[in-house]
Amino acid sequence: MAGLDALAARLRAELGREKVIDDRQELRTYECDGLAHYKVTPGLVVLPETTGEVAAVVRACAAAGVPFVARGSGTGLSGGALPHADGVLVVTSRMRRILEIDRDGQRAVVEPGVINLQVTRAAAPHGYYYAPDPSSQQVCSIGGNVAENSGGAHCLKYGFTTNHVLGVELVTPDGEVVELGGKAPDPPGYDLLGPVVGSEGTLGIATRVTVRLMRAPETVRTLLAGFPGTDEAGQAVSAIIGAGVIPAAIEMMDALAIEAAEAAVHCGYPGGAGAVLVVELDGPAAEVQAQFADVERHCRDAGAFEIRLAADDAERALFWKGRKSAFAAVGRISPDYIVQDGVIPRTALPEVLRAIDALSRESGVRVANVFHAGDGNLHPLVLFDDSVPGEGEAAEEVSGRILDLCIGHGGSITGEHGVGSDKARYMPRMFSDADLDTMQLVRCAFDPEGLSNPGKVFPTPRLCGEVPGKRSGVHPLQAAGLAEQF
Amino acid sequence: MEAAAVLDALAKATDGHASVAGGDDRVDGVPARWVAAPGSTEEAADVLRVAAEHGLAVVARGGGTKLGWGAPPRRLDLLLDTRRLDRVVEHAAGDLVVVVQAGVPLATLAARLAVAGQRLALDEVVPGSTVGGVVATGLAGPRRLLQGGVRDLILGATLVRADGVVTKSGGKVVKNVAGYDVAKLVCGSYGTLGLVTQAAFRLHPVAPAAAYVTVAAPDPAAVHAAVQSALHAQFVPTAIEVDRPADGPATVALLIEGTGAGVAGRTAQAVGALGPGAASGPEPPAGWGRLPAGDVLVKATTELAGLGRLLDGIALAATRAGLPAAVRGSAGAGVLYAGLPDDDPAAVASFVDALRGAAPAWSGSVVLLAAPPPVRAVVDGWGPVAGLALMRRVKDQFDPDSRLAPGRFVGGI
Repeated sequence: MAGLDALAARLRAELGREKVIDDRQELRTYECDGLAHYKVTPGLVVLPETTGEVAAVVRACAAAGVPFVARGSGTGLSGGALPHADGVLVVTSRMRRILEIDRDGQRAVVEPGVINLQVTRAAAPHGYYYAPDPSSQQVCSIGGNVAENSGGAHCLKYGFTTNHVLGVELVTPDGEVVELGGKAPDPPGYDLLGPVVGSEGTLGIATRVTVRLMRAPETVRTLLAGFPGTDEAGQAVSAIIGAGVIPAAIEMMDALAIEAAEAAVHCGYPGGAGAVLVVELDGPAAEVQAQFADVERHCRDAGAFEIRLAADDAERALFWKGRKSAFAAVGRISPDYIVQDGVIPRTALPEVLRAIDALSRESGVRVANVFHAGDGNLHPLVLFDDSVPGEGEAAEEVSGRILDLCIGHGGSITGEHGVGSDKARYMPRMFSDADLDTMQLVRCAFDPEGLSNPGKVFPTPRLCGEVPGKRSGVHPLQAAGLAEQF
Repeated sequence: MEAAAVLDALAKATDGHASVAGGDDRVDGVPARWVAAPGSTEEAADVLRVAAEHGLAVVARGGGTKLGWGAPPRRLDLLLDTRRLDRVVEHAAGDLVVVVQAGVPLATLAARLAVAGQRLALDEVVPGSTVGGVVATGLAGPRRLLQGGVRDLILGATLVRADGVVTKSGGKVVKNVAGYDVAKLVCGSYGTLGLVTQAAFRLHPVAPAAAYVTVAAPDPAAVHAAVQSALHAQFVPTAIEVDRPADGPATVALLIEGTGAGVAGRTAQAVGALGPGAASGPEPPAGWGRLPAGDVLVKATTELAGLGRLLDGIALAATRAGLPAAVRGSAGAGVLYAGLPDDDPAAVASFVDALRGAAPAWSGSVVLLAAPPPVRAVVDGWGPVAGLALMRRVKDQFDPDSRLAPGRFVGGI
């Protein structure tokens, strides 16, 4: 730790005492992110307030050969911001200025610690909003969103963080400051923003972010439909998309997830439903009206036994409350659970849900399903009781086999939570060695020393001497109640 | 290097589809020595392995419609013709996803998708373009405003690296955050990082109804005002285009798509928003979605708030250079193209320099897309590039011997 002591002294001199933390007790408050069963106490925490300070920290780390990890609000669900025991945790929470709301240019320029929802709040008086809406949007940071390429319920129609971030100022792993993109489109040269967004902090630290602001829609209408089972609800989803309607969101919950949500927030979903859909349409009033009638008909044709239309914002909020509280609500019906995040082609939904059901029966492990049905992003909640020997391992097994189902159907091991510390070992199931080597080429261009968030995303060091991060064990179980965000 | 041995190896790799280059097998005037046309990703990998073994410089060619874009290659041995990569590998209509090989013409793909009432929202800006060509140049048309450009619509790509290794990134699902998005990195990379043999794209349903709304705009301020009013309205245009011929006033044109009833109402809103003189109709205005006329093509971008300044800047630079400039492009997305005559290279250089000098005022860039060699000889094609050192490092990792389209890209990459 002598190296870290010298580094701490250097950073105190450069940044000021109050921005450098090395007290053991204080360090422990940063030991995990939203995936709380992985815990590593960071070697050092710094709280920079400017790009210059972030660059100074990174340069100091590069000079000392010390790894660093960036952290925003710490709400990530894949352990992407898990600290390095012998490294520096760069916390961006003091970089919270909204630098510009450019209404005419439909852009906002913000610092990385700015909370997602604050961007929309700042743009709202102009009739604008920031589209990507992870359910943690009240607490998660834009910097974290950039790192994880965060999604949300409304990404089906409007795309993900990568489609809404037009530029970043990036401190590269050698401490240089570069501008990638900006307010104007198509900057000449490689689209480095493409790989940087979603790189989970392994290609540098974003210190300023230019995002697209979207004009608020004229109308938003929301429908809640109860179905006998997930097969019927899945048919409705296929029929809606097949008819050429792209809703702002289509969310599905199965019986177990509904049961949990009712117990937790009394959302009053249709009684006896084996599945519910929340469908939201937005846009010009005339279009929404025409399409809404279609959506209602497709739901009824597919077997919906009850359809409710939100009469006002309050009712709309109630429809969403059950959905948005589903993860935490599962804590009411199970002491522990794993939040899984996998993707399948939308049309494979009924087949995969049946396979998950079979997996559940065969293993005796209960699985509640909550998901973004429109884009095939599943969030199975695998339930267990950690106090019963063997249950945790069984749940982990089921969770892994669900990912195999996703891969087998041509999908992905993560749709929005990221790979982080949690799923690095699954990457070889989805990608060949050649694919992973190619990604390492990008890594080596940005971070030849492998100091920027080492050990995340990729399972093993391959090129240019990447040093794997310390893992606290391979126990991907998520403690109940610690996953209110997704 | 033994020429006969190279040809033999290329023929072997492509099941006989290799030949000595003919007179037309040139890139920006630089002649190739051989042409090879692989019929599969595996054959393409074999071709690139042969190229690696013999140290060949390689440029890929699809429809050959944009070979004049980018600087001439520093050296050129092999033209890799992608036109035998002509299969639509998978059209998952229910998932709104298509997997398509690089050599498929956009028009062929569009016809195929139209049967299912779907489209890839990449307009055919240059007739004859292939999928691989628009990925390599990042070229997108009017629909980019609402539906995104190439980098937004691409879901995954199969890339054959300079060393002949086949690699894929992304996938064929709309939502996927596993690993680096290498597919976006190759969009607009002009073939300098590898050969894309196939890619997966997100599709959109074809709307049942469409209408165009146009208004004449006598000066840059009027164009700016019309575009701003469309951008800030809630009738959600699919596209906001501008067309300013070299010798006349500009027209701003909007595309409105949706249901029959919806489009009628929204079109009325749009006509109202664009003000007196605005008119609507079912057909696109002439030249819609095409590049402006001119042997020299310049691409100029702007922040949306700077559109009027960019249009002023183009007019001023053209006047000073004594050149007529025809302007067209996706004004609502901040992308314009200027077409110029090529008979006075010094005048083109003056135009580009003046526009580039002023471009910080609208946060934009100015790139020389197409130009004959005498113009290229006196104009820096790319201008200032932020992050160039990092880009060189990326290139060095992917193509350490600089054999893929050498010299075509920014900074001589």
